[in-house]
Amino acid sequence: MEIKVLQDILSANDRIAERNRHLLDEKGVFALNLMASPGAGKTSLLLETIKRLKNRVSIAVIEADIASSLDADKISKEGVTTLQINTGGACHVDANMLNNALESISLEDTDLLILENVGNLVCPAEFTLGVDRNVMISSIPEGDDKPYKYPLMFSVANAVLVNKIDLLPYLEFDFRNFSRGVGVVNPKAALMQISCKTGDGMNEWISWLLAEMKK
Amino acid sequence: MSDFYGELSGELNLGSDSYTIQIKVMHELAITQNVLDIALEQAEKHNAGKVIKINLVVGEMSGVVDECVQFYFGFLSKDTIASDATLSFKRIPITAHCYDCDATSPLEEFNWVCPHCHSSNIEVVGGRELYIDSMEIE
Ligand SMILES: Nc1nc2c(ncn2[C@@H]2O[C@H](COP(=O)(O)OP(=O)(O)OP(=O)(O)O)[C@@H](O)[C@H]2O)c(=O)[nH]1
Ligand SMILES: [Mg+2]
Ligand SMILES: [Zn+2]
Repeated sequence: MEIKVLQDILSANDRIAERNRHLLDEKGVFALNLMASPGAGKTSLLLETIKRLKNRVSIAVIEADIASSLDADKISKEGVTTLQINTGGACHVDANMLNNALESISLEDTDLLILENVGNLVCPAEFTLGVDRNVMISSIPEGDDKPYKYPLMFSVANAVLVNKIDLLPYLEFDFRNFSRGVGVVNPKAALMQISCKTGDGMNEWISWLLAEMKK
Repeated sequence: MSDFYGELSGELNLGSDSYTIQIKVMHELAITQNVLDIALEQAEKHNAGKVIKINLVVGEMSGVVDECVQFYFGFLSKDTIASDATLSFKRIPITAHCYDCDATSPLEEFNWVCPHCHSSNIEVVGGRELYIDSMEIE
């Protein structure tokens, strides 16, 4: 006998993501999911963001790492609440892992929650979490063809930050090709150029973030 | 499959291949576990004694490797009524709509222009699918 099913394979994850969304809304927390390939600059962007906002906004950070706690140690030095979650070998954070992590964070005292997802351009894009915004970083050394190779990641991002623009004199990167690719998969994404090293573009990023938090 | 891993490790610029393989592997593991859960739940709902076939629809954007899901399924479904089930994968290409000529067509890999009028004024509308379409049970 053949039966129709028509069910999304990750629907169980999506249901938990909805619970996360409700919980975060109820507590008035604005949550960001930060995704990028390994070394693109997630932790660097976090540190730069914390430096500029920690006197105005109460920030909590969730560091997801396959094994180490190096990034979490860097962040907690900045004096913000940092929760380390080890994904136990998994290549992404799913809604359930986030749900568990939320129990250990004092959400009442948090305005902005930032999750540093596992460094990977494939898997994290597949799992909705129930956060307010997805932000992805693509860095100059990775090349301008990334939207064409990892379209799903670019399609779920509300903002795409091109990091390490201080390296442009040494590397070839065609912004037109890059932004055309982003435009095809996700015309609504905000596109920004930044350098966590020189601070270029940080004002634009921080303004974008504060504006989204007000929405 | 080894070619695929080679390509991926090159792209992600990771230190070691084994790390890369681990990364890829876990993604499909989660997906396969969900496929099995849904299949068993559906089978129970229909009082089936056996799952014969599961028809999956997978968009090219999803980055799911069929062989990988197949491999995990064999492992995870052991000792369940789905242990002999075949998985069938229907692949949906990345499809875009053209705002200039109004056509909706599959895109060539890495060459994102409308295949009819060569416009780049296009937007992706398909290729993100990841669902179970139907099942054969008895
Ligand atoms: N030149 C330059 N280097 C940068 C910039 N941003 C980050 N880096 C460097 O890139 C390396 C990786 O940065 P991280 O912030 O650790 O990257 P990540 O994405 O958190 O990496 P993982 O957590 O390991 O996936 C570090 O050596 C940073 O100093 C930048 O704007 N310019
Ligand atoms: Mg990091
Ligand atoms: Zn056209």
